[in-house]
Amino acid sequence: MGQDRKPGESLTLTRRSILAGAAATGAIAQAAAPAQAQAVMTKVTAEDIAKLPRVKQKLVDPPFVHPHEQIATGGPKVIEFEMTIHEKKIVLDDAGTETFAFTFNGTVPGPLMVVHEGDYVELTLINADTNELMHNIDFHASTGALGGGALTEVSPGERVVLRFKATRPGVFVYHCAPPGMVPWHVTAGMNGALMVLPRDGLKDGQGKALKYDKVYYVGEQDFYVPRDETGKFKRYASPGDAHEDVVKAMRTLTPSHIVFNGKVGALTGKNALTSKVGETVLVVHSQANRDTRPHLIGGHGDYVWATGKFRNPPERDLETWFIPGGCAGAALYTFLQPGIYAYVNHNLIEAFELGAAGHFKVEGQWNDDLMKQIKAPAGI
Amino acid sequence: MATTLRLSLPTLTTSLGLVLLAGAAALLLAAPARRLAPDLPPPQTVLVRPGTMLHRLDGDYSRVGQPVDAPRQLVRIHRPLEIMRYQVTAADYARCIAASACKRLDQPASRGDLPVTGVSLTDASDYAAWLSRETGATWRLPSDREWAYAAGSRFRDDARGLDADAANPALRWLADYDREAERKAAGGNDVALRPVGGFGLNEHGVADIAGNIWEWTSTCLRRVSLDAAGRTLGETSNCGIHVVEGQHRAMMTFFIRNPKSGGCSVGTPPDHLGFRLVRERSWRDAVPEMLRRRLPA
Repeated sequence: MGQDRKPGESLTLTRRSILAGAAATGAIAQAAAPAQAQAVMTKVTAEDIAKLPRVKQKLVDPPFVHPHEQIATGGPKVIEFEMTIHEKKIVLDDAGTETFAFTFNGTVPGPLMVVHEGDYVELTLINADTNELMHNIDFHASTGALGGGALTEVSPGERVVLRFKATRPGVFVYHCAPPGMVPWHVTAGMNGALMVLPRDGLKDGQGKALKYDKVYYVGEQDFYVPRDETGKFKRYASPGDAHEDVVKAMRTLTPSHIVFNGKVGALTGKNALTSKVGETVLVVHSQANRDTRPHLIGGHGDYVWATGKFRNPPERDLETWFIPGGCAGAALYTFLQPGIYAYVNHNLIEAFELGAAGHFKVEGQWNDDLMKQIKAPAGI
Repeated sequence: MATTLRLSLPTLTTSLGLVLLAGAAALLLAAPARRLAPDLPPPQTVLVRPGTMLHRLDGDYSRVGQPVDAPRQLVRIHRPLEIMRYQVTAADYARCIAASACKRLDQPASRGDLPVTGVSLTDASDYAAWLSRETGATWRLPSDREWAYAAGSRFRDDARGLDADAANPALRWLADYDREAERKAAGGNDVALRPVGGFGLNEHGVADIAGNIWEWTSTCLRRVSLDAAGRTLGETSNCGIHVVEGQHRAMMTFFIRNPKSGGCSVGTPPDHLGFRLVRERSWRDAVPEMLRRRLPA
């Protein structure tokens, strides 16, 4: 009989037995999704969606994030976003190393989009007619059609509109995924992140609300710039010309640059991130291709969702957190001391030799109780 | 006659002695100990006259345990300072490599008239030793003070101008960070090397000083602790780290060639590392100068 069973039946039986098991252990209340999440999963008719309030949300360039509510007021909405894809030459470092970047909205990474669980994301994706290549978008937060990739293929001069329901709270990567060229597009900077907040905001895992005063979006990117025989970085006339050499460089799995926000030093100096003592900052960090391990030199992660999904309780008091490639993470920290902090990928070779480092400038009063230099360096 | 003859013996001896001495001196003055290698153009130098300057001393100073700005003092340069007009060029350095006296560079320059960059203190010292052998003169790195004196109006006093604040050490870190970020922003991203002379001459005729190349000095990192009255309590020095001078003063470990990777975790490192040398003055230089001063023009 077992051999005759169709796959669907087998699945039903399995689910039943899991539920039965859970009930038997009295854990059913824990295992079942909260009422709100169930509401999110409830199917809605097209007429219902048409009745939802619509909000046009303008995107801003990273590391900044468009204004948004942390706790949603009212019910689900349709949030309209528009992004134009630009293929452009960018400079990766102070030595003037160039590469062709494929960008969502003109920046590496693309902008952070923020909605609430149960909202609908409605994206108008435009492929500028100055571009050479076909592009699309795969939202890790969405369900079906290769994350929307199969429904959003646009050639230069075309536009497409995709709507999907944000059913899972967390921070998620989105990236371009054109057939046959996925890693090339992703490592050319064509990725960003979407934050789906719980409707009632972030929680510490024990019911206590967590709020942030500021949110920054750090998009980490590995680049693979080909070198000539003498070791100098090569330049190309067009992305097509570069393709073969870049793929060869990619296949070494050895990045020439690993940077935050598109360039070595993009989040330093005049563009350093700022905060002040007592302020709580949420750092959303994505890496669409490669593992990373953020660390705040001189600080911590008070509450960290390393893999970025808000239904899981955050880890506390972390020194370094691991974000696997193809994932976004979120870390909440309240600054306690003034000064300069380095926010790095704590593979320090990647941070200081390849570029994965940014700075926080924090103003405020020093706390001697937390740290004090008892005696300045002097002769022994 | 008899009187003349009688007097002539000591006079003659004296005269002969003087002639011999003068001849020997002339020989010494005229001929350098060794001739330059045929393809080695003599380095162009500038002679900066002795004088005084108000100088922000090098070193990390602390007063009663709190970091403070180094004192600004009147510094006297007692002797004329003969310093290279231009930074040592890639072509100059290539000759030293060809003579197997200098180590190969990681990234050789594309053209010979660019200042040599990507050089460590060790590289600069190797070059100075080789040039001294080739020319018979003594070439060495300038000290921090000599460099500042030669830089003249281009020397940047990078004092923070902040009182020691025992309550909040972060104020100085933030001020340092802002100043360096400001400098970087003001310079745009002007890190492209220019052929020698590209940053022009200063009032002493010294070229390219405080351009986008930081220059090695012979001055070691010093740490000076002062008491409340400003008297020196103690001083330590670390010659594994030297002062490099440019648009601001920076400390650099002696084997670093590329300051981008040699900087600390925060702050803005120098753009490039290069050097120029001073020629040690000897009595051979001093005598003709003295004569020139004494004799009417």
